[in-house]
Amino acid sequence: MIKMIQLVMLDVVKNRTVLAYLLLLSTLSWSVFFLEDSSTKGTLTLLNLMLLMIPLVSIIFSSIYIYNSSEFIYLLVSQPVSRKTIWISLYLGSVSALIVALFIGLGIPALLYLPLSIALYLISVGIAITATFSSFGFLVASAFRDKAKGIGVSILLWLFFAILFDGIILLLIFQFSAYPIEKAMIVVSMFSPLDLARILVLIQLDVASLLGYTGAIFQLFFGTKLGTIISAIVLLLWAVIPFLLSLKIFTKRDL
Amino acid sequence: MIEIQQISKSFGKLKVLQDINIDLPKGACIALIGPNGCGKTTLIKILLGMVFPTNGLIHINGKSINKDDMYRAQIGYMPQIGRYPEQMKIEQIFEMITKLRTSGNNIDEELFTAYKLNEIGEKKMRTLSGGTTQKVSASLAFLFNPNILILDEPTAGLDPLASEILKDKILKEKNNGKLILITSHLLSELDDIVTHVIYMQEGKIRLYKSIENLKTDTQSQSFSKAIANLLKADSHD
Repeated sequence: MIKMIQLVMLDVVKNRTVLAYLLLLSTLSWSVFFLEDSSTKGTLTLLNLMLLMIPLVSIIFSSIYIYNSSEFIYLLVSQPVSRKTIWISLYLGSVSALIVALFIGLGIPALLYLPLSIALYLISVGIAITATFSSFGFLVASAFRDKAKGIGVSILLWLFFAILFDGIILLLIFQFSAYPIEKAMIVVSMFSPLDLARILVLIQLDVASLLGYTGAIFQLFFGTKLGTIISAIVLLLWAVIPFLLSLKIFTKRDL
Repeated sequence: MIEIQQISKSFGKLKVLQDINIDLPKGACIALIGPNGCGKTTLIKILLGMVFPTNGLIHINGKSINKDDMYRAQIGYMPQIGRYPEQMKIEQIFEMITKLRTSGNNIDEELFTAYKLNEIGEKKMRTLSGGTTQKVSASLAFLFNPNILILDEPTAGLDPLASEILKDKILKEKNNGKLILITSHLLSELDDIVTHVIYMQEGKIRLYKSIENLKTDTQSQSFSKAIANLLKADSHD
């Protein structure tokens, strides 16, 4: 298993896309910190950029990676290696390459410019989102044989979670504004890994007070240890469940 | 050595294999023949666990193959069309597979040397001709001294010299008591190698006989003539 992960990591690191991703992330984060003088503003700008970029790159990269590795997979499947091992190694290998890029590109400048706790929050949220959207990518690649279709579905998934979901939430808030929906909003936010990630970081900043009553409720829930643990677990589930589904599909699929 | 019991496979409505029951004994060299699309490759892929049968069981050395993937350590497989990661060099492919199969205490580099693959180890898989890719596949199949060799159209695409080397190697391994399963359309190629023949048609096994029986039954001198006679008789019915 460890050998397999090494093989995949070597393969992914050689991939130029990961290098380009690293360069893009570092350009963005360095320029944000040079341009913004207040660290809170910088964090927010960076957070918003992160929540758009990381999911897009993770989901597209991982699904294309699987499609392009079809020969590699084909070769391995006839060897004495279980399909489970192959799939898990592919996942861990590609996710860890993306995480290394994230850490160098975004983590290092964040650690230099931001207070330690906030930088660590940003990095861990970034890692969680990388893992989640890579799982989505793997799920798409295992469910659709056709590459074009798979990439299309990946983009749609990203669009849904990065943009459409927030629109739906806004609509709900306006529709039910006469009711006390603050607590329900906590539950709804669990349905989107990106919103969960955003709230987890926002709560750490002073700007949470600007969110009004909802912000206060959020602070009451997400600000506590229990709330943080629960939301971390939910984020983890968002990464694990799609991956397990894709594993199930892959181990039963005809090649 | 390999027991295939009631294997059926359908892709949607298309029935590719229907109730296949055969025992492949140790030390046999079996020719798996039949027209295009009769299910030969699907049967091989099921043996390798690349395709899952709709029904049925396969035991190799008494163990069911869907329980433990390590059974593939006993199999050397040469695919009909070798698909390899395009960016990898020949030597990297060999290095990678050797790393994965650590059990390979006795590595058999005879074909690797005979095909002089070490001289072109720097070449990327993408740049190789079909024949050279086949040489890589053949060398990989024999590399770990497996007890079972599954060769899907092994000589297709190889030049006469290379296919002669491969045939000699197959004969040698057969005499070492290994089970060899070959599919081919070139019947004359198989003449002096095979001991048994399986003839498949439309996903069913029409015939499974030893060569001696086949020759006496059809009163022919060679294996290819025997099969030709058999097919003629079949079309008269």
